[in-house]
Amino acid sequence: MEIADPEEYEVSHVHRVYEHIASHFSATRFKPWPIVEKFLRDLPIGAVGLDVGCGNGKYWMVNPDIFIVGSDRSPSLIGIAHSRGIQDSIVADALDLPHPDSCFDFAISIAVIHHFSSSERRCHALKSILATLKAPNNSSDGGKALIYVWALEQKNSRRGWDEGDRQDVFVPWVMSKQFSTSAKGKESQQNRQKLAYMRYYHLYRKGELEADIARAGGRVLESGYEKDNWWAVCGPVR
Amino acid sequence: MKILTTNFLTCALRACKSHPNSFPLRFRDAELQQDSSPFNAAFISNILPRIDWSALLTTAAELGFTNLPVEKPAVVDEKVGMELHRILIETHVVEGKLVCGNCGHQYAIHQGTANFLLPGHLGISPTPFVWRTGVADIYA
Repeated sequence: MEIADPEEYEVSHVHRVYEHIASHFSATRFKPWPIVEKFLRDLPIGAVGLDVGCGNGKYWMVNPDIFIVGSDRSPSLIGIAHSRGIQDSIVADALDLPHPDSCFDFAISIAVIHHFSSSERRCHALKSILATLKAPNNSSDGGKALIYVWALEQKNSRRGWDEGDRQDVFVPWVMSKQFSTSAKGKESQQNRQKLAYMRYYHLYRKGELEADIARAGGRVLESGYEKDNWWAVCGPVR
Repeated sequence: MKILTTNFLTCALRACKSHPNSFPLRFRDAELQQDSSPFNAAFISNILPRIDWSALLTTAAELGFTNLPVEKPAVVDEKVGMELHRILIETHVVEGKLVCGNCGHQYAIHQGTANFLLPGHLGISPTPFVWRTGVADIYA
């Protein structure tokens, strides 16, 4: 799919959506995914890293011996992270991360890259994450990033997509009434219909995440499929 | 935002990153808050090698902390460890600005959150894309 202005497209179909659904979305996001949890627990004490697209900051509590600077494009989600006591999260765009290059032990970006609406921007996001990681040298492997994206191949999920289906889709977020900020609006007085906010996703097919990482100048250390998602651990090349 | 965090921040503009003046970002009108949190000696001594000491000295001096040693300590004894814990972990900037020394761009800190969105990132129209429909319920 070709989108004329991907940046403007994401403003409408990703950023504003998350701003509106933030509190409802956050209320459904509390359980860390096992592979992410293991990745964070295995890090050495004092490791410093990034959570790019951290949302409400659900990965903060996993390992108290590491230091994570989280960022998200949605000020509302960062506000929620702060109200949960997570003080080290900032509002930033993954394509313009405000971090020094080659400085971090690790990064995670969980369910974020699939919201970029062109192949170039997805690569750019990976490149910008890889740039923050320590470069490998003779004495160390360098920094590592764990990336998760939604898979096209998920025929047993309730979405039911599979190989050969369209990869660029809208996925509705049906707002539960208790979280609806427009409850006082005149439309909702007329009829109390549920609001479905349409989020844009690029669904990754098998092998595509690894190819994007290579194109972004990274090397894949490990990769796999877990619960409707493709994941990869990657790092900068020497 | 912890002082420790500022040691890992720079200008969001790619062009500034290679310029030494962009790091550390400089504080303007900073309002500080102290809290207390448990001292983790192992964390402090392990984080120390990852800290850019001269950037930390600049930031600390700007915020009124002037008793850090000029050279990064090789070993963290309890006195230095506690002092680092107080500055890095227990001191928060709640309001103010972070300014790039290269391009001069100011990033606002409000209620403890720094905002690094550049002007080009700011949206144009206030309405999100919404469908009022029962059809979407099939996905819910």
